[in-house]
Amino acid sequence: MIEKVLKGNSKYWMWLAFLSAFIAVGAICYIRQFIYGMGLTGMGRDLTWGLYISQFTFLVGVAAGGLMLVLPYYIHDYKAFGRITILGEFLAIGALIICLMFILADIGQVVRGLNMVWHPTPNSMLFWDMVVLWGYLILNVLCGWVILTAERKQVKPPKWIYIFVYISIPFAVSIHTVTAMLYCGLPGRHFWLSAITAPRFLASAFAAGPALIVIACIIMKKVAHFDAGKEAITKLTTIIMYAAIINAFFVCLEFFVGYYSNIPGHMHSLEYLFFGLEHNGHVYNNLVPFMWTSVFLCFGGLGIFSYLKITKVYNELLIGVGCAAIFIALWLDKGLGFVMGGLVVSPLEEINEYIPTANEIGVTLGIWATGILIVTLLYKIAIGVEHEVEA
Amino acid sequence: MYNKGTIIPGLAIFVLIVTSPLWLNAFMTGSTVPKVELPQGGEKQCVASATEMRANHMQLLNEWRDDVLRDGNRVTVMVDGKVYRKGLQMACMECHTNKEKFCDSCHEYASVKPYCWDCHLTPELAATKKETH
Amino acid sequence: MDKQRRNFLKVAGATALAGITAPAVVKLTASEAMASSEHAAPAAGGHGEVEAPTGVRLGLVIDMRKLYGKPELMDKIIASCNKVHNIPHFENKKDEVKWIWKMPFENVFPEHSSYHESDLSKENEYFALCNHCDEPPCVRVCPTKATFKVEETGIIAMDYHRCIGCRFCMMGCPYGARSFNWFDPRPHIKEYNAEFPTRMRGVVEKCNFCGERLAKGLEPACVEAAKEVGALIFGDLNDPESEIRKVLAENHTIQRKPSLGTKPSVFYIV
Repeated sequence: MIEKVLKGNSKYWMWLAFLSAFIAVGAICYIRQFIYGMGLTGMGRDLTWGLYISQFTFLVGVAAGGLMLVLPYYIHDYKAFGRITILGEFLAIGALIICLMFILADIGQVVRGLNMVWHPTPNSMLFWDMVVLWGYLILNVLCGWVILTAERKQVKPPKWIYIFVYISIPFAVSIHTVTAMLYCGLPGRHFWLSAITAPRFLASAFAAGPALIVIACIIMKKVAHFDAGKEAITKLTTIIMYAAIINAFFVCLEFFVGYYSNIPGHMHSLEYLFFGLEHNGHVYNNLVPFMWTSVFLCFGGLGIFSYLKITKVYNELLIGVGCAAIFIALWLDKGLGFVMGGLVVSPLEEINEYIPTANEIGVTLGIWATGILIVTLLYKIAIGVEHEVEA
Repeated sequence: MYNKGTIIPGLAIFVLIVTSPLWLNAFMTGSTVPKVELPQGGEKQCVASATEMRANHMQLLNEWRDDVLRDGNRVTVMVDGKVYRKGLQMACMECHTNKEKFCDSCHEYASVKPYCWDCHLTPELAATKKETH
Repeated sequence: MDKQRRNFLKVAGATALAGITAPAVVKLTASEAMASSEHAAPAAGGHGEVEAPTGVRLGLVIDMRKLYGKPELMDKIIASCNKVHNIPHFENKKDEVKWIWKMPFENVFPEHSSYHESDLSKENEYFALCNHCDEPPCVRVCPTKATFKVEETGIIAMDYHRCIGCRFCMMGCPYGARSFNWFDPRPHIKEYNAEFPTRMRGVVEKCNFCGERLAKGLEPACVEAAKEVGALIFGDLNDPESEIRKVLAENHTIQRKPSLGTKPSVFYIV
């Protein structure tokens, strides 16, 4: 099946070249960081995690979001998702590879990374995160490949594969739960020390992942003659809507707990993210515009979806815009705000604002581009097989 | 067989490349076994015999490291009446003061790059930034 | 026939599983959960020791009364640590490496009110360093056991050979006691102590209570440097006869963020 990635029109090759340019820049930036040190990033003693870990956190969600296709199709036998479930699985593969690359980019002694395997430490959530991320990656590769091969041969997938499909469902939940546990079990980090962190992560994941799949479907309909089907897309927008609403609800709950309890530590991060945090006469408000953009995009996206639902209109352009708005909103919320907001007040009650360096952004873009490239190639294979079967 | 003309020479070149280290070793006499410089102070004794040290010093250093750092066991080692502390910097390099002529000569020959001196100081380096008063 | 065999296997499997788990269940229900209902233990950690301590737990009392108005002495204490441990000096605040340092009261003790602060705490700075907690969150989160508790002494130590530089321990530490080597530290070290290694780029480091000096029968460098006024008292918190226990018995002391349950081994007389 792999040979399908080698045949494509000029647009396909231009897209790959475009992504490769970013990958090349990212590689150069990473080599610089590898040689010179993590000092090339904007992180520092009192702000020790930054863009890499926040992207990792967001993309674990994108990977887990594939569950919203797998679950209805395999458990509830929802046939409309038959054509696109494979897209969810392949998206998860791409997202997980990006996640692992971000982890590698973030650790200071990358050549010793295998110490996590040589000296397994079950009391560390990072150890369990490694276990579930690798597990979910392997499960998705296995299930995606076996099922696609069966489809190509136009036979039913072997029965044993369904065991792994069913195992992958709790795994999808666990990858994001364990990722939330990296944060929510740390004493002295008030913003993260919330039992709602894991459910909030899952809610935003179940909106962001499917939103990206819908966008991919709409693009592929234009460029690759792949029609996911009206019913599937409509159902996905419903899922995205509810997940985004639940996420917004959880954020509101965080606001209530912080402001009603009036405990300063619980309010600081929210204040910094949405209104600007005043300290010794200086107002720190780097992220305020980003967070309000997130709020407006989220409600804008929800507004578009409600309009479409109420009027029963099916307009792919509007759906695409709505999905993009929600995806960006959630990226701003989790891919920027969650990590940086939680870190802005250090354990020594100093305020440290984080500004990523150009080199760091270069590495980040390179890793994103690598993941998008992988997903493009996998989708090319999936669609190639579908076309072959139809022909 | 199709494309006999390209496959057979191709295979031959592949086999040649893969086995090249063997050929190089058989026909070249390029490198000589390095000679290490023994301690300048004239110490003849080490914590173990030269053969054993040559073969196993890395295991010993790892053991010492875990003893000292992880198990809190900093008990000194006594060999033939001489007391040694456990440590690269604290024991080995007290006698073998010259890293280049002792450690590096073999490591380079064997093409191993231990990261010991990323942290541990050689007497020479320690002397470059010394208290001056 | 076939079906019978399947049923047999099911029953056998279930029995085996029950057999394996039963002791665990008995053990779990028999011990702590039951015991705790009989005599309620104090909820927060801190000073209230629950069970009879065993082994050595090294601790430090910082008698700030003897340091007020003496910032030079505090600097001297800090410098002695920096020198002994080959700690690099960085100008840029974000790259700093610190084992023991001084900071205003409100930063070292953010959980204590600074409203209408006393002149003493307004005018003076306080020491901050690793608390060598009895329940260390940094050890809990480390994915490689590169940071761990030395059982013989209670010291929270680092194995720089093993640290992968994920900085999770820095996230876990509620005291900001850990530093990361963002750059190669060597060019930034003023003078080398040949008795101690430096660190390499990409690993986390922190105070080690001078484990290497204790092994030689010496006191920690900071304690030695504070000798002239006796501001730092070091010793075994589990030994009722030790000097540190006497000081703790005679003075009212505070700890940093005791409500987090980390049980710090560093105490302050303010």
